[in-house]
Amino acid sequence: MGRGVPIAVASTLVFFGALALLVTRAPGWDRFKAYFFDWELYRESLPEIADAFLINVRIFLIAEGIILVTALGLAVLRSLPGPVFFPVRALAVVYADLFRGVPTILVILMLGVGMPALQLEGIPDSEVFWATVSLVLVYTAYVSEVYRAGIESVHPSQDAAARSLGLTRFQSLRHVVLPQAVRRVIPPLLNDFIGLQKDTALVSVLGVVEVLNQAGINEAADFNGTYYLVAATLFVAITIPLARFTDWLVARDRRRRQAGGVAT
Amino acid sequence: MRTVLVGLALAALALGVAATATGNPETQAQAGGCAKADLNLIEDGRLTLATDNPAFPPWWGGGETRKPWKISNPYSGQGYESAVAYAVAKQLGFRSQVDWRHVPFAQSYRPGDKNFDFYMAQVSYTAARDKVVDFSNAYYFVNQALVGREGTAIVNAKTRGELRPYRLGAQLGTTSYQYIVDHIRPSSRPLAYRSNDLAVQALKNGQIDGIVVDLPTAFFVTAVQVEDGVIVGQFPNRGGRERFGMVFEQGNSLRRCVNRALNRLWANGTIKGIQTRWLSRAAGAPVIR
Repeated sequence: MGRGVPIAVASTLVFFGALALLVTRAPGWDRFKAYFFDWELYRESLPEIADAFLINVRIFLIAEGIILVTALGLAVLRSLPGPVFFPVRALAVVYADLFRGVPTILVILMLGVGMPALQLEGIPDSEVFWATVSLVLVYTAYVSEVYRAGIESVHPSQDAAARSLGLTRFQSLRHVVLPQAVRRVIPPLLNDFIGLQKDTALVSVLGVVEVLNQAGINEAADFNGTYYLVAATLFVAITIPLARFTDWLVARDRRRRQAGGVAT
Repeated sequence: MRTVLVGLALAALALGVAATATGNPETQAQAGGCAKADLNLIEDGRLTLATDNPAFPPWWGGGETRKPWKISNPYSGQGYESAVAYAVAKQLGFRSQVDWRHVPFAQSYRPGDKNFDFYMAQVSYTAARDKVVDFSNAYYFVNQALVGREGTAIVNAKTRGELRPYRLGAQLGTTSYQYIVDHIRPSSRPLAYRSNDLAVQALKNGQIDGIVVDLPTAFFVTAVQVEDGVIVGQFPNRGGRERFGMVFEQGNSLRRCVNRALNRLWANGTIKGIQTRWLSRAAGAPVIR
């Protein structure tokens, strides 16, 4: 321990010092710096870009709320046992394969441009609406796989025990299997949600002036890329607290279960 | 040092004599360090130009006759920008030694070595942009215009104030988009599309009521892209005339020679002629005050 700390400090200093030297002495460093790190533009544009970021926040908050429910439903459908439910399971598999396979940006483009082009009465033609629908479709497929992994990780004896106590199949699922399954999948679940938050930037292809388009507009107006740095900061400012919150949630859950184990 | 100065003076004298002796417009444009051999080019003996792909009429023409170009072929000399480019090339002493590269707009100004001598794609001069790249003198003075669809309420608008309630869109990063934000100030946030095609598609779908483009493009959009499209009107310029310039790497000495060529082309009426040929239809549109 005594020698470990100074060695770690020294090696960190040497490593990052060398890296900084390498980057700042690159022949294009001055141009790079002028293009991406203009602090005056950064300060000036932060309120404007943050305002556009609210559209992204609104989209992912709505989408996440819906996905939590639809993905669980899909996972349950896919876990239904017995030959009777084969068509349901098959449909759930096809759905998950399809929407995990097609790039999100293509789903957004096809729905966002395609649905309004149908010109059907009663179908909304708001870009934000169709972008949110697309993200829900794609991420429901991802998140349902996470839920399913959770459900399958609960030992079958749990279900068998619940059924032998007289619980129906639904009651067993609701009160015995799902509570354990969901608790186990919270970290990967939030992992997918961070991915979703970043993917809200894909809505930009539909012309919505959300954070990425606002940054692009500002870039083209001034021929300066600092605005992308502003956008990046905004995303990080949201995802880092969420990641720490997940860590805390998981740690708390583990503490509680272990405490319970000691007491009995 | 002195010998160099004497040599330069002699060379300048010789060029001056040559120019006055022949009186040929081409050699005049090539005088003063703008001789073909002295030009700062990325490929010796060839002029390497760039524009976006697809390139649209009336700025470009000639059809899809050359890969990888879509819609238009910059090598054709047809369309306003291609014609001006070849007129400038001729002034600099090039006839067939002109190459075209496909460079997206954003790539024309981002840091990194440029793979073209200059770039033309209806890029408007602004003071902020001029700090990052260099612009040539104007080769076109432009007005923005509004395109709507026949039978919709927006086509009756006569003032910018009347346009405020409508949903408007433009291509991302263009001065057209900036015009909406700065001068129309609509009550709902305007949309910014990655390409003009996507904006046109949104107009056709009825997702937006109107798109703002430059006036010559408005004629192309209404004639070819949107069947029931109408030019609602053109906007007067605010705060000085908006102009298109060729984009150069900052500090590129070629710009001085291109400017000299452009000055000659304006003075001798060549540019006027090219405008009459390619943009004459884009003259008369009602003005939205």
